[in-house]
Amino acid sequence: MEKVLEAKNIYFGYDKNYILEDANLDIYKGDFLGIVGPNGSAKSTLIKIMLGILKPQKGSIKMLDSPIEKFNNWGKLGYISQKVRDFNSSFPATVEEVVGANLYNNMGFFKFLKKEHKSRIKEVLDIVNMSQYQNHLVGNLSGGQQQRVFIARTLISNPEVIFMDEPLVGVDVNSQEQFYGLMEKLNKELGITLVMVSHDIGVITNRANRVACVGNKKIFVHSSKDFNEQEYIKEVYGENSSLLHHRH
Amino acid sequence: MLEILSYSFMQRAFLAGILVAIICPAIGVFLVLRRMSMIGDTLSHVALAGVAGGMLGGIYPIYSALGFSILAAVVIEKLRKQYEQYAELSIAIMLSAGIGLATIFISLGNSSSAIFSYLFGSIGLVSNHDIFIIFILSLLIIISIIFLYRSLFYMAFDEEAARLAGVKVKWINLYFIILVAMTIAVSMRIVGVLLVSSLMVIPVATSLQICKSFKQTFIYSIIFGVLSVLIGLIASFYGDLAPGGTIVVSSVVILFFVLILKGIKRKIKS
Repeated sequence: MEKVLEAKNIYFGYDKNYILEDANLDIYKGDFLGIVGPNGSAKSTLIKIMLGILKPQKGSIKMLDSPIEKFNNWGKLGYISQKVRDFNSSFPATVEEVVGANLYNNMGFFKFLKKEHKSRIKEVLDIVNMSQYQNHLVGNLSGGQQQRVFIARTLISNPEVIFMDEPLVGVDVNSQEQFYGLMEKLNKELGITLVMVSHDIGVITNRANRVACVGNKKIFVHSSKDFNEQEYIKEVYGENSSLLHHRH
Repeated sequence: MLEILSYSFMQRAFLAGILVAIICPAIGVFLVLRRMSMIGDTLSHVALAGVAGGMLGGIYPIYSALGFSILAAVVIEKLRKQYEQYAELSIAIMLSAGIGLATIFISLGNSSSAIFSYLFGSIGLVSNHDIFIIFILSLLIIISIIFLYRSLFYMAFDEEAARLAGVKVKWINLYFIILVAMTIAVSMRIVGVLLVSSLMVIPVATSLQICKSFKQTFIYSIIFGVLSVLIGLIASFYGDLAPGGTIVVSSVVILFFVLILKGIKRKIKS
C-alpha cells in the first residue's frame, strides 16, 4: 500500500526529557487513523511534528515522498488545529470569505475572488452541507457548523491528507454524528486520508480503520477491529497500571 | 454652499481630506480587527516628535514625521518579539519615548503656534507641497491595501492558518506597520496627530455595527470616514474651528446616530 507519511525513530522532548522516544508511525493512503492516548501523551505534539511545525530532536518524517523539511506542497495537506474555533466570534467575515481565504495561492496578483473561485467555494460548501449559509457571518454559526466551515476551508485546495486535532471539543452530540458522517464521505468517496486526534476512545475506534495509541513515549498502531481497551491501557500506561484502570 | 469651494485653500483641504478619509479607515479596519488600535495612537505621538524635531532642525515636518514613525514602527515590531507575552508593552514603551522626545523638542524650539496646527490639524495651512506629498503617499497606501487586502484579511482572522496557506506573514506584518506610519504622517496635516488614530478607529466601529461581511465592513468604514471628513471640514470652515476636532466629533455623532437607528430597528422588529 502507498504510504502518505512515514515517521521513523522520532525523539522529541523538552530539555532532554523525551516525551517521544524512538517512536515510529506509518500512514497509508486511504487510512482513517485515530490517534488516542492519555492527557499529556504528546498526541497534539505528534501531529505538529508530522506537519513540520515542531522539529524532533532525532528521527525523520517523510510526507508524500519528500522529507518534511523540504516539503512545500501545502495545498495537499489540511490541518484543523485545536485552536481553529478560537477566533473572535464577532469578526465580520462570511462563510464565503473564510473558505475563500484558503484559495490564496490560486488567486492572481491582486487576490480577487473570480467566478471559478466562487463556484469552487460553492462546491466544497455543498460537500459539507453548508451551502445555504454561504453569506452568513461565521461567528453566528453553531460550533458544529463552524467546524464544517473549517473543513470546507481545508477541502478547497483538494488535500490528500487532513490532520485534525480534537475537532469535536465543544461540539454537541448531534453534530458529532453529522461530523463522522462527513468524515466517512471524505474518506470513502473522495479518498482523502484522515488523521484525527481524539480523547473519545470508544467512538474513534468505531469510526477509524486504524488506531495509533500514543503513550509510554511510544506509538502503538492497531487495526481498529483488534483494538482492545485492556491492552491499550497496558501499552500506554505501562504494566503497573492497575491503579489507573477504574470505571465509574 | 458652493462658495466654500471657491477658496483654493478649501479645495486643497477637501482633496487632502478625502484622501485621508479613505486611507485612515482602510488601514484602521485591519488594526481594529487585529486588536492593534493602540498602535495608531502610539505612532502618531512619535510622529509629533518627528514634527517638532523637523521644525527644530529645519526639515519639512511631514518628512521628519514619516522618518520617525517608520523607525518607531520597525522598533515596535522588534520589541514585540522581545516581549512576546506582553505585546502591548512594546507599544507603551514607544508611546512614552515618542511623547518624551516631542516634549523635549517642543520646549527646545519656540514655534508653538506651528506645532498647534499639527496637533489639531488645519485647513488654511495645507500647501501645494503638502498636497503633492499627501497625494503620492496616499496613492501608494491605497495600492498597497488593494494588493494586500486578502492576506491582511486572512491574517486578521487566523494568522496561523494564513501562514500555512502560504501568506508571507512576517513580511506583511512589517510592511503593514510601515503603512500605518505612512498613513499617520499623511493624515496629520488635516486631522492632527492627536486625532489621527480616532479617524482610523471610529468609522470602523460604526461600520462593525451594521456590516454583514468583511467586504461591507471595509467599504462602509471608508464611506463613514469620508462622510465625517466632509461634514467636519465644512463645520471647520464656517465655525473657524480646528478641523481635527470637527472631523472626529462628526465621526462620533455618526456612530451614535447609527447606534440609535439600530436600536430603533431592533425595537420595531420585536
